[in-house]
Order: sequence, then structure tokens, then C-alpha cells
Amino acid sequence: MNKTAQIELIVNGEKYFENVPVRMNLADFLRNKLGLTGTHVGCEHGVCGACTIFLDGVTARSCLTLAVQADETEITTIEGYETDKNASDLIKNFHKRNALQCGYCTPGMLASSIEYIEQGNPPDRKKVKEHISGNYCRCTGYQAIVDAICTTIQERQSR
Amino acid sequence: MKAPDFSYEKPTTISDVLALLANNELECQLLAGGQSLMPMMNFRMASPGTLVDISNVSELSGINERDETIEIGAMVRYRELELSEIIKAHCPLVAMVLPYVAHAAIRNRGTIGGSIGLSDPAAELPAVLLVLDGKIEITSEKGIRLEPARTFFKGIYETSCEPDELITKIILPKKHLKQKFGFHEIARRHGDYAMAGVCIAQDIDLKVRVAFFGVADRAVRSIAVEKLLSGNSDLSEQLIKDAQNALNDIEFEGDMNAGPEAKQHIAKVVLERALKEMKNE
Amino acid sequence: MTGPATVFDKPTDYIGKSIPRSDAARLLRGKGRYVDDMQLPRMVHAVFLRSPYAHAKINAIDISQAMKLPGVVAIYTGKDIAQHVEPYVGVLSHLPGLRSPAQYPLAVDVARWQGEPVAVVICASRALGEDALEHIRVDYEKLTAVTDTLNALSPDAPLIHEEYDSNLAWKRQVEVGNLEEALAQDDVVVVEKQIKFGRHTGVTLETRATVCDYIPGDGQLIMYYAGQAPHMLQFILAKHLDMLEENVRVVAHDVGGSFGIKVHTYGDEIATAIVAKLLKRPVKFTADRLESFVTDIHARDHFVDAKIGVKKDGTIVGMGFNDFTGIGPFSMYPRTSAIECNQILNLTGAPYQFEHYHAVGHVVFQNKTLMCQYRAVGHPIAMAISDCMIEEAARVIGMDPVKIRRKNLIPDDAYPTKSTTGMRFDDLSHHACLDKLLEIMDYDALLEDQQNARGNGIYRGIGFVSLVEVTNPSPMFYGVGGAPIASQDGATVRLDAAGALHISSSVTEQGQGTNAILQQIAADVFGVSIERVKVTTGDTATVPYGGGTWASRGAGIGGEAMLLASHALKEQVLDTAAVILQAKPEDLDIAFGEIVNKGSRERKISLGDLAKIVYYRGNELPHDLKPELIATRHYRVTDFPFVFTNGAMAAHVEVDTNTGLIKILHFWAVEDCGRVINPQLVDDQIRGGVVQGIGGALYEECVYDSDGQMQNASMADYLVPMASEMPEITVAHVETYTKTSVLGAKGAGEAGTGGAPAAIMNAVNNALEPLNCGLWQMPMTPERVLKALGKI
Repeated sequence: MNKTAQIELIVNGEKYFENVPVRMNLADFLRNKLGLTGTHVGCEHGVCGACTIFLDGVTARSCLTLAVQADETEITTIEGYETDKNASDLIKNFHKRNALQCGYCTPGMLASSIEYIEQGNPPDRKKVKEHISGNYCRCTGYQAIVDAICTTIQERQSR
Repeated sequence: MKAPDFSYEKPTTISDVLALLANNELECQLLAGGQSLMPMMNFRMASPGTLVDISNVSELSGINERDETIEIGAMVRYRELELSEIIKAHCPLVAMVLPYVAHAAIRNRGTIGGSIGLSDPAAELPAVLLVLDGKIEITSEKGIRLEPARTFFKGIYETSCEPDELITKIILPKKHLKQKFGFHEIARRHGDYAMAGVCIAQDIDLKVRVAFFGVADRAVRSIAVEKLLSGNSDLSEQLIKDAQNALNDIEFEGDMNAGPEAKQHIAKVVLERALKEMKNE
Repeated sequence: MTGPATVFDKPTDYIGKSIPRSDAARLLRGKGRYVDDMQLPRMVHAVFLRSPYAHAKINAIDISQAMKLPGVVAIYTGKDIAQHVEPYVGVLSHLPGLRSPAQYPLAVDVARWQGEPVAVVICASRALGEDALEHIRVDYEKLTAVTDTLNALSPDAPLIHEEYDSNLAWKRQVEVGNLEEALAQDDVVVVEKQIKFGRHTGVTLETRATVCDYIPGDGQLIMYYAGQAPHMLQFILAKHLDMLEENVRVVAHDVGGSFGIKVHTYGDEIATAIVAKLLKRPVKFTADRLESFVTDIHARDHFVDAKIGVKKDGTIVGMGFNDFTGIGPFSMYPRTSAIECNQILNLTGAPYQFEHYHAVGHVVFQNKTLMCQYRAVGHPIAMAISDCMIEEAARVIGMDPVKIRRKNLIPDDAYPTKSTTGMRFDDLSHHACLDKLLEIMDYDALLEDQQNARGNGIYRGIGFVSLVEVTNPSPMFYGVGGAPIASQDGATVRLDAAGALHISSSVTEQGQGTNAILQQIAADVFGVSIERVKVTTGDTATVPYGGGTWASRGAGIGGEAMLLASHALKEQVLDTAAVILQAKPEDLDIAFGEIVNKGSRERKISLGDLAKIVYYRGNELPHDLKPELIATRHYRVTDFPFVFTNGAMAAHVEVDTNTGLIKILHFWAVEDCGRVINPQLVDDQIRGGVVQGIGGALYEECVYDSDGQMQNASMADYLVPMASEMPEITVAHVETYTKTSVLGAKGAGEAGTGGAPAAIMNAVNNALEPLNCGLWQMPMTPERVLKALGKI
């Protein structure tokens, strides 16, 4: 029976070849096998959004994805957003605007923010809020996060 | 909240999938997008013997335009539907509901086949299929059958699909020029399952189909409302009011957010709003 | 003049400025250090079997099958664990009459809430441990669950604790004047309402977690934990595990939100420490989300019968209420589960002047998850009772809600003064806050819009709250009652050989920005660039002794200690510099890492050069000069039991009378937290707090069935506030410095959560006024709104 599997994947530009139990989800794989603990686990049922990562270019909940499903894929996590997603301006604006407090939602919040910006969406607060409405933040009240995303888009537009 | 142990198979052809499904001893469960199955497994409410990952079955992919219909592969993800020009042009009701399906990251993974196969009573797509008179192509080692949506959904998480069968395609009729559609849903938070929602299709012959979701044990049509609305070219205020009053033929079921009475009330509100939006189009 | 009083004689470099938090840079790059990120060699996982019943006798537990499963290292039942721990009792002597039985980490003979741990599997992985749980056979004998708070007190209710004569844990009455008589007067209009507050919980995004490691030889237990009060936990572990306190080290690195949830004694965490000690091997326990919902403390859950009497001119004659609150089967250790009710009795009506008050609180045992202190303890209830009753009374007598407040709020020039219940107030500013609130919200324009909208069948409402918040607590909060909870905090400031400052503090960081404001204070008061200040908090092995983070005390108490320590080190350094430079200390100052001439600002010597002389070339100093280049100071509030803050808030809402949905159009908050150390951090604390208050007002509720089963214990069903529905929140400040400290800072962390629910309920009832109905139950769900409207 296939209870474990060999998988080969690229995470943040680096190649990994690992043996995993097939029931291990991608979040646990990234955190516990690869030591990329920047991806956080908040609910393990796909609702809180903390574990959101990029899987082959689009956001996905890593708690609702098996590691074995990520075989032969390319993944980007928070550890790679600055370089692999060219998001240093977004990260800077999150910092400047205090768009995080405890930092636990941050990996998923950045993922959703990057996706929103990459899709060429406008700095429209209502639309931004809708796009990040699957990411739970208990600390900020969201306003600072929306500010940081909109500022980043405006800065990119005026460049 | 870790999934129980299982075996994992990732076949690449429909026939390989069917062979696995036909083997009762394997206790197979299909894994499509996993956006509903994975939480169930993490909750240990689902415990498959073998998980059959169908994401590599290329025959299940693609959105194809035929003469009268649009054929959507079971593994087509919501995101692909959202981006599809074919869907925009020929299945506008599908395009209308998609932004209300959960959140972006879920839509990136969730599939149409998974949604239809799950028959979640609060999901939008089953109601879309009901009012469009869509068909579900179901394949097993015994052959291929086409099941109309109206007989497919049996109850909460219950369909006419047998354990050895695989949903291979969703077939939707192409929009006729003068066909009109309505959709409205009320959720407590953006992206949540709706407290009540409705999909409406008005054909060229003014035949109307109305299906509600989030209010009963499955997506359900209201024949009483359909009868009342059919044949009317003008969706007058009075007609809309009468339609609301006619909404008594559904067995409303409550959930965490609303009891049956509130469901019925909100169902009437979404009906009114959807009809008014159609009228104002 | 020397001494800390001179700190604010000159413009500040950092205090009062929105400096981005240095911690955040790391968190934004995925480099947090949360407990669940840790993996130690030989580490095993603790996985708890939890009672599926709210009330059941445990006849037998059979672990034999589970022990045979792969990965299982050990299994302990409640009885096994009980042998290694002294049970704890959640009572305090200053809450006379409060009773609660001894509690063990795991249920021993009887499980008393759904989710109470009954056994623990120690296993190679969490997944394997969960597999093993399915093979433990427990012979439960189901008992009747006591769930409804009011029914729990009926004489025929089953007893949760056989040794007691009823399910009452505590009762307190506060009576001032004679409310009944006063309300019976002819010219008094009396309004009565029943107000219900749902039970909710913290839903910290990082669940509770601990890694415990026992070091044989040292005999030391190290607990890494996601929590707020390391020293409190150090005491508790030592006491109940029979260890010396110095052999217990508690470390809190990054914490993924706490809000009061992570400041209590949880059986599963204590059991994890016990097991680590028994196995001499690191043990990790991370609660999953299902466990969080049924084991993290819950809060609120109040049923209140309230009344208020006002004269026709709006003068409040008096108010009173009867409060019933269900706290679960035990009073939580060590803070007790009576504090929320106690706060409500003390704080209701606190912003206002009135003579007569009669309040009774009942704290009741029930078979639900334990209830205890969560952000803004008691405040949302107390503020809603008084401010919603005041606005209702205003409606009855036809008075504007702002006018009735003007008439009754304690005047800004009345301080120091006392509230009706005897709370001592100083440096408050209710009227100034209300002025500023009206200014930023443009009340008149909103009233006009309201009228116009009503004409179109759109129902908008405006609601207010004037509030006080308990912050900067003195020993009178807990210590006086025998709790191992420090109200003083310490700060250490050390200059290194490179001229950088290393600071440490006993207050802790969970994202609110404590570390950042400590850096700002130290850099400012001592005189270095903030980039040269490194901060350590959360480790009992290295930080000064103190209380940690609770009751909005980090800035006011921890900040003051840091100010005092930084100033002390500055004096020491200036004394040393004076000798080196052959100058007078009073002629010198420190600015951005340099000793400068105080008047001319001419640079004399860098701190690095000075430190190098002290550390490496002491031979250049006189023999009797032995600078330590380190200073520690501690601070506690001595003049008052608490340093109250105040504020005024307003909500603008729209009620969809067809669907019952409530949309918050905008929210305004004016807060007087004394000196604002970092405006951006304070504003975002207020905003986050308001949104948590919105959660309680509109969405959050732990729903139980009559069997004591929580029905919505998942994030799909327990609704927390998400971005789409949250309003923009405008924040403004009035700064009235507290005279209790040099820094003048009061707390700011809880005001939003304490005030928002009342403002929203007022706004909703203002919106519903023309429809002749009202809603007096939180959360205000669409279904409840529809019922209030008579639509269903």
C-alpha cells in the first residue's frame, strides 16, 4: 500500500526531494520536514487562511493540500516573498503601516495581498477587503492591512 | 486534527480511476480539489481506505464548447471557470455566482465536479445546475450515463452517484439570446455559505426555473414559484409579491445561522432581490 | 534639577512618535519563533483524549489496545497525572465567599465539560497520537448536564459538585443609597430591560502551545509557552509540581495573539510539564482548533435584568441590575472566574454621577467550558448596561443621547473623585473626549442623513458610549487576594562595550508592540539611536521579576520601570563621563550615542568609547569609580488601586430590515490613555479592540445544546469578524497624563473591546426606534433582528 511517497518539488527556488507519509498535509511538510516555519497553521480546516501559500503560482491553503499533491510543483512561502515574489515594497509597507501585530496571520495575509496585487487589481478598499476576507486577523481590525496593500498598489502605479 | 491514515493513488486515466473505484476492498474516496474533503479528513469525519487523487487525469480537464452545450471537465477549478471566456459568453449564471463561492484561495483549488459531487445544501453550483437544467456525465466500468441535475441531488451530501462511479463532465446548455438569469444570496460574512440564496432562469418561452440553496437538505426548486412566474414577460411588483407568497413548497431546514422560519423569510427576500435585478437589467 | 521628572523637559526623540516596530521586520519574513515552530531532539507529542460528554462519570479507562499502536510512548490517565500534582483551587481571599473545588489537570473520576482532558497519549507524532486516541476505551456513565445558568440555581438542578449545596460559586451585592425608594418617586421615569450577552471566546490565531523540557542533572524544567505571564506560571509549576521555583524556567518567545486567553492555568499544559518531567524528554502540546474552542477559556455569558431611573430633565437618579453568569464547572486558577462579574458590579455607570445603585451578581457553575478573563474583562457588559439603559431612558423622555450624557458625565474638573461604587478616579476627561468625538464624527450631518434615509425606508442609527477602562492595576487587583501575580514590573538597561543598549523587561509581547515602546522609552530617556536598543522579554531566566501582560499594564507599568531604569543608567553614565572628561555631570547629556555638552551640544565622547574605557581599560579610572553600566528599576502603582482611562466612542450602522443584517458604516473612538508613546501602535490597539468588540456585538457566540455540547466549535461555524464586514475606524486622542508616574501613560489595549458593543447596540436600537422595536441580545444576529422586527 502507498502510505508514503517520494516527492520532488521546488520551494522558494530551492529543490527538495523528500519521503513523506501520504497523509501529511503540505503545511506540516513545509514546517516540520523543511523547517520553513514561516507558514502558520491556524485551523486545519481551510477557514482562517494563515497557512495560505503559492502553489504553482496561485494561492492555496496548505492545510487542505497534501504534501504528496505538491509533487512536481513549485511553491512559494513567506520566506520567499521578498525575492521570489518581488514583494519587498509590500513587506516594507506592512512594516511601516503596522499591518501586523502578533504576526500569525501574516504569511497568509501576505499571500492573499500579493495575489491581489499581481492580478492587477485597483487600490479599491472594498475590493481589497473582499480579496482578503478569507484571511482571519484577530489583532489589527484589518484597516492597517488594507492601507498597506492600497499604498503598495498606488506606489507601483505611480512608478 | 490530523487526517487518519490512508493509501494514496494518483491514476492518470479515467479507466484506471474506475478500476480503483470498482475494487470495494480499497474503500476509495475521490480527491478532486480537496477543499471540502480535506477538512472532513482533518476532522476525522471522513476516513477513506484509499484516496484516489484525480488531478492528473487529463480527460477530466477543459471547458469545451459544443453546438448546444458547454462541457466542463469535472476537474475544472473555480478559478478556471472565473477566467474562462467561454463561461462568460455562454454560461453567465455560472459567472454571476462564482465571486460568491468561498474565498480566492479556495476557488483556486476547488473544482466543479467536487462541488456537484458533494451536494452541499448551501453551495451555489447545484442550484445553478438545477435552473439551467444541466446534466452530469457519470462514468463507471458499466458505461457512461447522463443524469439530469433534477434527479441527481438526493439530500445533504447525497447524490445518485454510486461508489463505483465517477463524475466526468458537467454539461450546461448554452445561453439563448433572450434568456435571462437572476441570482442573489445573503450571507452573514462575505464568502460564507449563504443563509439563503436563489438562482433563476427565464427561458425565451418565458418558462421560469427557480432554485434555492442554503435553505433545505439540498438545492431545491420551488415549483409553486416557477408556476407563478412562468409566462409573464413583466416582472411586476405585484407578481414579485405573489411569487414571494407562493414560496411555501420547500421544506425549510435551519442551520447555525438561522432557523427554518428565518430561512423562509430570507429566501423570500433573495427571491425579490434577484427578480428585481432581472427586471432592471 | 535632576531626576526623572526632567525627562519631558525637552522635546522627545522617540516617545510620542509612530516608529515602526523592529520585531515586525522579522515576522514579515517568516522568521517568528512561535512555540509550535520548535523541534527539539527526542521530542514527543502530547495528544489529549477529551470527554465527549459535558458531564459523565468515568468508570474505567482501558489503554491496552492503544499502547500497542505504532509510535505510542506512554499513556497517562487523569488518575496517573493526579499522582504527580498538587491540585489547584481558583479562589482569592478578596472575593469573600467564592468557592470552587480542587481541580486536577485531567478529569479524575468525573468529567465536567465537553473537552475536559481525561487521558494523554505521548507519541512520536501528533497524527499517530490521534490514531491512538481512537483505541482508548473509556467507560463513561453519562450524567445530567447543567447548562442553563438560571436553571442551574433552581433547587432541583443536579449538583455539579456534590460537596456544595447548590451550583452557586459566588454572589456579591453592591448597594449605595436606596434605589427602590429613589425610583419610586413620582418625577422619576423608570426603564427596565433584560439584556443578554452571548458566551464567546478569544480565538487567538495561534492556538495554545507548549514545549516542556526537563534537564536531568540540573533538575530544571523549561517550559516554552505561548503566554502572557511567565513568572506567574513559574510559580504555579513550582508549587504544583513540587519543585523549587528557581528550577523552573518559563520562556515566551513570539506569541500569536493572547487577549487574556493565554494567562490562565490549563490542565493540558500542566500535564505536558508533568510528562516531560516523568519521561525526561521534551514534550510538545499544540492545541488544535477543535480543542481551542472547547478548552480555551470562554468569556461573557451574562443574563442581566437592568433598570434605570431618570428625571424628565435627564438627570440619572440611579440604576441597578441583577446579573447571572455561567462560568463552567470550576473557577479558573489562579485569577478566578468571579472577576468579570466583580468588574461589572464595580464599573457599571462609572462614567456618570448618580446617587442610587443596587447591583447583585451571581456566578454560577455549569457544565460548559470554563469562563475567565478575556480582553476588557467585564467592561463590555458594564458599559452596555449603563450606556444602553441611558440611551433607552433618553428615548423614553425624548432627549438626545449626547445631551443626557452631558448632563450626567462626571465633570472634567471634578477630579480626584470617586464613582458611585467607590472607584477612585483621577485625570479623566469624559467631556473633552465627547467633544472631540462629536467633532470628528460630525454628529449633526449624521442626524440629517438619518432623517433623509428613513424617508427612503433605510434605517440607520447612531450610538454612543462613554467608558472607563481599568488599567495599570496595583496589588489590589490580585496580589492582595493571595494570587501569585505580580503587579510590579522591572526593567533592566545595560550598556555594552560597543555603546549599544540591551534592555529587558518583565512585561511581555504578544503583538501589541510592548517591545517597541520599551525600545522607544529607553532610547529616548537614555539617549541612543533606537536601532542600537536590543530588547529581551518573556524569559524568567533573564528578565527582572514581574507580572507580564494583562489588564493593559505593559506601557503604564512596564514603560515606567523602563523610564526609571534608563534614567538611572543615564545618571550613572554621566557620572562616569564627568570623571573621564573632567567635567560636571550636570553639564553633560547623552544624545544619539554620544556624551555631549548639555548647553552647546558639542560631542565629547561616544558611548562606545566610554564603555570600552570602563570594560577594558579600567586602569584609566580612579580606583573608587566602579561603574556597572547596568541599572534595574521596578515600578508599581501605589496611589490608586487602578489607573482608570476613559474614552468616548460612536457607531454608525445600517439595519437591513428585510434580512436583519447589520452593517457598520463607520466607527469613531476617542481615547484618553494619558501619554501616547507610539500613536500608530495605540491607534491600532484601539482598532483591533473595537473589531473584537464588533465580534461580540454582531457575530461571536459559543452555542450549546441542552446536553452541554458546543454546536459551533469550528471556524466555519463560530463567526469571527473578517475584513469585508469591518468598518473604517477613526481614532483620536485626548491626553491627560496620569500623575501616578513620570511617563504619564495609562493602558490602551482593551478600551475598544470594552466600549464597542454598547455603541453598536445603541446604534442598532437608534435605527430601530421608528419601527417601535429594539434588540437587547448580543450577538445581534440577523435572525434576532428579524424577530425583534416581528418579521418572523
